[in-house]
Amino acid sequence: MRTDLAVIGAGPAGLAASLAASARGVRVTLVDAAETAGGQFYRQPAVALGARRPRAPHHQRRTWERLRDGLAASSVRHLADHHVWCVERDRTGFTVHALRGPLQEEPVTVHADAVLLATGGYEKVLPFPGWTLPGVVTAGGAQALLKGGLAVPGRTAVVAGTGPLLLPVATGLAAAGVEVAALVESADPRGFVRYLPSLAAKLPEAAGYAARLLRHRVPFMTGHTVVAAHGDGRLEAVTVAALDSGGRVRPGTARRIPCDTLAVGHGMLPHTDLAEALGCRIDGADVHVDDEQRTDVPGVWAAGETTGIGGAALALAEGHIAGRSVAARLRGTAPDPRAWAAADRSRARLRELFAAVDSVCAPPAHWTEQVTDDTVVCRCEEVRAGAVREAVQELGAGDLRTVKLLTRAGMGWCQGRVCGPAVAGLAGCDPAPARRPFARPVPLGVLARAGHPTDADQPTEEGPS
Amino acid sequence: MSPLEPVRAEPDPAFTVTLDGREIEALPGQTVAAALWTAGVVSWRTTRGEGRPRGIFCGIGVCFDCLVTVNGRPNQRACLLPVRPGDAIRTQEGTGHED
Repeated sequence: MRTDLAVIGAGPAGLAASLAASARGVRVTLVDAAETAGGQFYRQPAVALGARRPRAPHHQRRTWERLRDGLAASSVRHLADHHVWCVERDRTGFTVHALRGPLQEEPVTVHADAVLLATGGYEKVLPFPGWTLPGVVTAGGAQALLKGGLAVPGRTAVVAGTGPLLLPVATGLAAAGVEVAALVESADPRGFVRYLPSLAAKLPEAAGYAARLLRHRVPFMTGHTVVAAHGDGRLEAVTVAALDSGGRVRPGTARRIPCDTLAVGHGMLPHTDLAEALGCRIDGADVHVDDEQRTDVPGVWAAGETTGIGGAALALAEGHIAGRSVAARLRGTAPDPRAWAAADRSRARLRELFAAVDSVCAPPAHWTEQVTDDTVVCRCEEVRAGAVREAVQELGAGDLRTVKLLTRAGMGWCQGRVCGPAVAGLAGCDPAPARRPFARPVPLGVLARAGHPTDADQPTEEGPS
Repeated sequence: MSPLEPVRAEPDPAFTVTLDGREIEALPGQTVAAALWTAGVVSWRTTRGEGRPRGIFCGIGVCFDCLVTVNGRPNQRACLLPVRPGDAIRTQEGTGHED
């Protein structure tokens, strides 16, 4: 099929962009992996689960309903359950290659004049002894199964790590009947004081979470970290300890908390695979964009977490600006930024806010000291920290690629998405863009056919032959 | 309290699936992972190298820790795959191709 604009990802950024562009006459195809739009942030319980009362706070719900109803009323073509594995540049624009789910075997291609990457992010988790035990999940993962499947992993949970996501996860689990034995945040609350002017806008929200934590009697431990998870075949307890001002564990402060669930996260990472394969410039971990949300590859825009972690409200502002920019540029005109002045102001304010959050909510500075040599670091290939250290100290590896070649860390199913930051930290190397050619596993038959010259001329959706 | 209560969920009728031959109840709309969690199961795979148990980790399709064999097909992500009536779910040993 052919479209003016292909938007990849139907979270806040992708939805805002699709609606802004479509309202200005652009033919938009919105390609998303989930069965329903919303992304991770607006994830809804499956319809068959018959939820009659929404979970989200009022203002979030109103925004979601506006986006959902806007999408339904628009001319945007929404391809749900389509898993994009590559976006390719060709003579006439771009070819988006996707696999139709849930088995992800049927190839679908969309040809577009422009592409907008709104691929979101995923959670970063740094390793510690015992983190591979069943019962240890990412904070976002616990939230996803609760929001979408109304499922909880156990009876007693510890929520730990750092960052703003921990608060809704702890209160969400508590509201669903899980006893939250502790919320363990490694950041020092005094750090927040320094950034108070930037963070002031979030204070009412933070106060709301504080009240809910109090109501559910959740002990909130700041300046603490989980140093180990224990159990035989599944999680039975965690050890937490206090951190000193330098980010080292204070001797003699360790204590054990029995629990069957640990929901843990150390911040978020942007999904940049599609952008990297297109050759877009990456700054640090983020896709680089200009004031109009354009990447440095002509015809490719990006918005939301993929351009830098900043939350749903920022993603909405960026998506809106991107959609309007696409609409103008596809007509061959330069957009007038004054037309999106309000979105521009929120974007500036929210970027500043999240820069402050980022400064305060960093993992403990010396987290690698808690990672014993026998701790598995690469979960897929079961590579231990000792092997990574040996690669650097004994075998002379000086960069991540060499560490990977010597240890297999990052060569497994997830392609280093999970262990990347951990291996970089342990090896003392700078994190480098992974440059994965494909964003997800692709059946070989699909790959072979995608290279067929007639494929680009297919006018309609392809099914399996 | 159950996680259904805060959202006052009234799900469509539950159906039966099997895990390694044992019958468990699942709710329509859940993923395989959500159904297994609800049944109190947290691991359904053993690793290729050391045979260690694994289940859900990232919950959003990124980490591939929750791989499972469903209806004879190995290496499916339990966190993404919708559960269907009568599904035969099996604990996946290693690559899932050695059974």
